[in-house]
Amino acid sequence: MAKQINQIKVKASDFCVYYGAKQALKDISMDILEKQVTALIGPSGCGKSTFLRSINRMNDLIPSAKFQGKIIIDETDVFNPSVDVVQLRRQVGMVFQKSTPFPKSIYDNIAYGLQLNQRISRSDLDDIVEQSLKGAALWEEVKNRLNDSALGLSGGQQQRLCIARAIAVNPEIVLMDEPCSALDPISTAKVEELITELKSKYTIILVTHNMQQAARVSDYTAFFYMGNLIEFDKTRTIFTEPNKKETEDYITGRFG
Amino acid sequence: MNKTSLLVKKENRWFETTIEFVIKSVASLSIILIFLIFLFVFRESFSLFQSKNSTVSTQVYSAPKVYNPESGTLKVKEALKKESSKTSITVWDTFFDSVWQPVGDNPKYGVLPLLIGTLKVTLIALLIGAPLGILAAICTSFFISAKWRNIIKPAIELLASMPSVVIGFFCLIIIASLTKDLFGLDLRLNALVGGIGLAIAIIPIIFTITDDALQTVPKTLREASLALGATEWQTAFKVMLPAATPGVFSAVLLGFGRAFGETMIALMATGNAALISMNPAGSVRTLAATIGAEMGEVIWGSDHYGILFLLGSILFLISFGINIVLEFYIKTRLLQKIQGKVG
Amino acid sequence: MDATNITSPIQQNKKLIGFFAVASTIFAVVVVLGLLLTMLGNFVIEGVPGLSWDFITQAPRNNNQEGGIFPAIYGTTLLVLTMTMLGVPIGTITAIYLNEYANPNSFFSRLILFAVNSLAGVPSIVFGLFGVGFFIQFFGAGLDSLFNPSKVIWGQPAIIWASATLAVLTLPVVIISVNEALRSVPVSLREASLALGATKFQTIWKIVLPNSLTGILTGSILAIGRGAGEVAPIIFVGAVYSMPGLPNKLNDQFMHLGYHLFVLSTQSPNVEKTIPIQFATTLVLLLLTFVLSLTAIIIRSRLTKQLQG
Repeated sequence: MAKQINQIKVKASDFCVYYGAKQALKDISMDILEKQVTALIGPSGCGKSTFLRSINRMNDLIPSAKFQGKIIIDETDVFNPSVDVVQLRRQVGMVFQKSTPFPKSIYDNIAYGLQLNQRISRSDLDDIVEQSLKGAALWEEVKNRLNDSALGLSGGQQQRLCIARAIAVNPEIVLMDEPCSALDPISTAKVEELITELKSKYTIILVTHNMQQAARVSDYTAFFYMGNLIEFDKTRTIFTEPNKKETEDYITGRFG
Repeated sequence: MNKTSLLVKKENRWFETTIEFVIKSVASLSIILIFLIFLFVFRESFSLFQSKNSTVSTQVYSAPKVYNPESGTLKVKEALKKESSKTSITVWDTFFDSVWQPVGDNPKYGVLPLLIGTLKVTLIALLIGAPLGILAAICTSFFISAKWRNIIKPAIELLASMPSVVIGFFCLIIIASLTKDLFGLDLRLNALVGGIGLAIAIIPIIFTITDDALQTVPKTLREASLALGATEWQTAFKVMLPAATPGVFSAVLLGFGRAFGETMIALMATGNAALISMNPAGSVRTLAATIGAEMGEVIWGSDHYGILFLLGSILFLISFGINIVLEFYIKTRLLQKIQGKVG
Repeated sequence: MDATNITSPIQQNKKLIGFFAVASTIFAVVVVLGLLLTMLGNFVIEGVPGLSWDFITQAPRNNNQEGGIFPAIYGTTLLVLTMTMLGVPIGTITAIYLNEYANPNSFFSRLILFAVNSLAGVPSIVFGLFGVGFFIQFFGAGLDSLFNPSKVIWGQPAIIWASATLAVLTLPVVIISVNEALRSVPVSLREASLALGATKFQTIWKIVLPNSLTGILTGSILAIGRGAGEVAPIIFVGAVYSMPGLPNKLNDQFMHLGYHLFVLSTQSPNVEKTIPIQFATTLVLLLLTFVLSLTAIIIRSRLTKQLQG
């Protein structure tokens, strides 16, 4: 990888999350660089998903959740009361663990996000749908059946459709919450390949419980354990010479 | 690259705010309606509470009307003044009497026979309907295959959608003759026939709620009992049914509420004589049937009219009371019981 | 001692109790199903001969003792359609509030649910009194005194007030069944929509509602089935035994199948003579309510099967 200096895109500082009385995240501070893939790993319940879902404030949907500290995107704290959550989510795309195509046609799935708050001419829409599907490496497979229901696609195709849907609205950051955990190895390989390609345009933050995947696709890796950020470094460093004993124990499979 | 997209630019989402406010307002209609129902049913009986001093009551309704469903016309009754001066003795003097005789020169508004009659029919309906509903729920929950369950359960639910006027008609034509021949009764229409009709109406309610309650008892309880060597029937009757008691109780309570307030079946099948007797084959007149039968002919705004609305208020309060008991007592008991048994 | 080989008297006794216990439950099912089948069979056998094209398309003749019941079918249909237009939107919006906006543990949403349950338990005759006290005497008469003090236009029994009364009565049916449908829409779909930058209402309008249309339909059908069969609430809110012509204004009165059956079987001068008409009327009423409920039950069981597997 060529040495280059990337700007900081997302900066967490002393960020805490509470669910009721239980503290789910403790003083997380980390800098996530632009146009890099950052993997968040750790055993289930360690807080990695909570952190991910805080970046686009999806955790707002949980009534008991409370937040402290900051998550800054570019120069803005996303928890600043004057931030518009809807705007935020348009700039921070998200792909979920289970593929979630809407029960609409393939075309309408991609068009959904675009048509939410603007009128787009049909020809522009056609263009963006094509670009997004190409961007998600799905175009060749579906170009002849854009009006078929998205539910007829295979699991891997559905997940790539969700990625296409997310990048169609041209976000700057794409959050991925274990996007391959429900896929077979071949589909997983395709999605991983896609992630590497998307890196040139988007900042990607990826939650995964699959350490090989983190090693394969990410540039940086953060290890979470029991709500703490134990270690955060270049992926190669984390996997070859981790600083902390917990990290080493986890990646060598001694617990988790 | 669009670096311009800074986030601090909160759009004024007036549409979202407005729509949420509208939705919330519409949702609160249910609460308002419950209040309105009591308020307006009770309001129409206000005149009763004022007529003691004078005949002011009639002035509240400047144009008392009589509504005659047969001809579908609406008339202003001139004779009302005479009527009101006559009843200035007040209706309360006869309220706790044993005679209900609302029409005539000397009207008597004794609610006792109506109350006892209602309770009698309701009791008969529960004695027939509760065992049938509960046993049927046990059967479909434990003793038959899923295939049969999927046929029988919807069938009994279908019974729930039978209009009460149809059940009333069935009792009037079929059940009445059947019971008369079977038990050699003098009257075709009586409390027993009405009770059977009401039982038909409440069986699906009791069945469905009991079934729900039996389904919510944790499966582990059943498996544990069977593993200890208990048979299926022992498990059903000695473990599952007791565990679901609060649910069964609420089923019976709701059945009681439905039977108590049911109009058409009672109106068509009980004979409608306001008598006080313990004879199950005697004719009775229930509260709801009284309203149903007499509202059509009553002079709007009269004492009789007020009394009928008072009876309606009583019916409302009883059903509301039942719901309060269900909400605050039984639901917590049911939760405690299931959680207690598991934990 | 090996108990399985020795059938002691106690065990035999227990077996007998067990047999009777199980038999009693099966007996209960047989009795209930028997009742249902007897009723249906009776109505079909006695009712079908009275059915004819004329019967459902002609007006009654000779003081309702001959002829058809078309005005009653028409009145009932008009009644439930108006009721649906009034009640289903309110019920659906309430369910949307409960499921999408309200915190389920908040006092307000629990109060709404309590009110809905209470509403479901109120005896139907009380709704009739409410129709008189509120819709006719308060609302209708109020309109009259505001706009035409000299005439009675709205302050009298009418199909609009009967529809409104039934809409209140069937509100819990709609709310409960739409609520069920909304709950069956996966949370993941809502999250996916919100994550794309949709607002809450856009998510509800474009994702949640289209995916719960069957449920809303089921709720409406159940409400119609229930509303079409209710007689007690409308006896004095606008139903009449006979009238010239058909209702064509919202403040007209109307004929109704259930009320027709009630009067024919209990209050007409010659009950015996009209028995075939009574059975045929019952059959038509049942077709209207029962078929609707059956459809709703089938749709619902399909829906739950879809959810489970």
